[in-house]
Amino acid sequence: MIQFFEQLGSYLTLISRSFAKPEKAQMYSKETFRQAVDIGVGSLPIIAIVSTFIGAVSAVQFAYQFRTINLVPMWWIGNIVRKGMILELAPTISALLLAGKVGSNIASELGTMRISEQIDAYEIMGVNTPAYLIGPKVLAAVLVVPMLVVIAVFLGILGGWGAGMVGGFYTTTEYFRGVQDNFDGYDVFIMLVKSVLFGFIMTSVSCYKGFTVQGGAVEIGKSSTQAVVLSSIIMIIVNFFVAFFLL
Amino acid sequence: MIEIKDIKKSFNSHLVLKGVSAVFEDGKCNLIIGKSGSGKTVTMKCMVGLLEPDSGTIEFDGRNITSMEFKDRKTIRREIGMLFQGGALFDSLTVEENVSFPLDMFTNMTKAEKRDRVNFCLGRVNLNDTNKKFPGELSGGMKKRVGIARAIVMNPKYLFCDEPNSGLDPKTAIVIDHLIREITQEYNMTTIINTHDMNSVMGIGDHVVFIHEGNKYWEGTNKEIMNITEGELYDFIFASDFLKDLRAHAKY
Repeated sequence: MIQFFEQLGSYLTLISRSFAKPEKAQMYSKETFRQAVDIGVGSLPIIAIVSTFIGAVSAVQFAYQFRTINLVPMWWIGNIVRKGMILELAPTISALLLAGKVGSNIASELGTMRISEQIDAYEIMGVNTPAYLIGPKVLAAVLVVPMLVVIAVFLGILGGWGAGMVGGFYTTTEYFRGVQDNFDGYDVFIMLVKSVLFGFIMTSVSCYKGFTVQGGAVEIGKSSTQAVVLSSIIMIIVNFFVAFFLL
Repeated sequence: MIEIKDIKKSFNSHLVLKGVSAVFEDGKCNLIIGKSGSGKTVTMKCMVGLLEPDSGTIEFDGRNITSMEFKDRKTIRREIGMLFQGGALFDSLTVEENVSFPLDMFTNMTKAEKRDRVNFCLGRVNLNDTNKKFPGELSGGMKKRVGIARAIVMNPKYLFCDEPNSGLDPKTAIVIDHLIREITQEYNMTTIINTHDMNSVMGIGDHVVFIHEGNKYWEGTNKEIMNITEGELYDFIFASDFLKDLRAHAKY
């Protein structure tokens, strides 16, 4: 328990130092942009593939159940896929994927920099290392993850439509009637809240794990795994509380 | 000039530095030597501010950094250049960007001024065609030279080198040693070198501090060190039977 609070304190201290005043704003904005491209463009293909098929499989499964019940109109599937993608599937699945891809990458990159004394080299120069190495990553993720989630929602809805067309479950008009029916902007707000929180959690936890690594290659590997596991668990718990309090 | 007084440092309950004092003068290559685990790297890390000593003082030209605020300490850090054991070059940046990084971060120089300064520093370490290469494309010796170029790009008053010859062949090691000495004398810097390479001691050791088990055991010049005939320093210098024989024969 004491160890948990020590780690929590150390995490909070490091993250608070990450948002100190930059030595030179131009260098920090350049680094933030570079990180945003890395996280955003680098993750787009995997997010696109997974969200399209998540939308598709949701549509297929609901079509299967609706056909069995035979009481619910098929155009509802568009509504369910949209709602499911916006509220849960797009933000959560995207975040878990990104924790695996971006989180492990960040932890191992910072861990390697720590072991190879690159972080010490920044320190000696007088650079505020948490602010320069962690701040831009967290800021980039907070900006880019919501964008990726919005793309995931669109592709998931399109995936649902594509699966329906191939399976002949409904017509295009029926599906998009369901997608547009009873749209609530508050759902999008919830999605954005989750995306921002997940972006923050996955990068800050991964940065903490990588930045504080000690030892060698084995410890870098462990910290990378811990970063993914820990950030995924925290995100799932936060996901519950957001849903519980905001819905 | 850098003066350390009675530096103590422990990790958990293990006392690594037991009260080290020494003076490192301007324009000289000051060497800290000692066996692995003797405390020389910890001494250097305390001096550059990467570790906080438990007690004692560290003065850079009379400015005591141990009692300074973080903000003031940052000012001194900008007067420090450091060459790390493995080079510690930033993997994602080219050689040119590595050397230019401190200028980008801390100066308002124009692009042309920065380019000239970077080219001058790379030229000074005899690297003229590597600007666009990444650290992964360089040999060990080249990495060290880029490290030196990056360390001197801000015209530091103090240069720290941690094991500058580790992993290098003897000939390249001598080239690096001579480069460090030339730069030290040219810019009248206070240079402190951590090493256990006896070639460096004999070649550039204007002032040598021997640390043994966390204590300063001996201090003198590279000329004086050859007169040592017994004790821990003797065992350190003439570590192998071959060297002991060589010295015995040289006497006759």
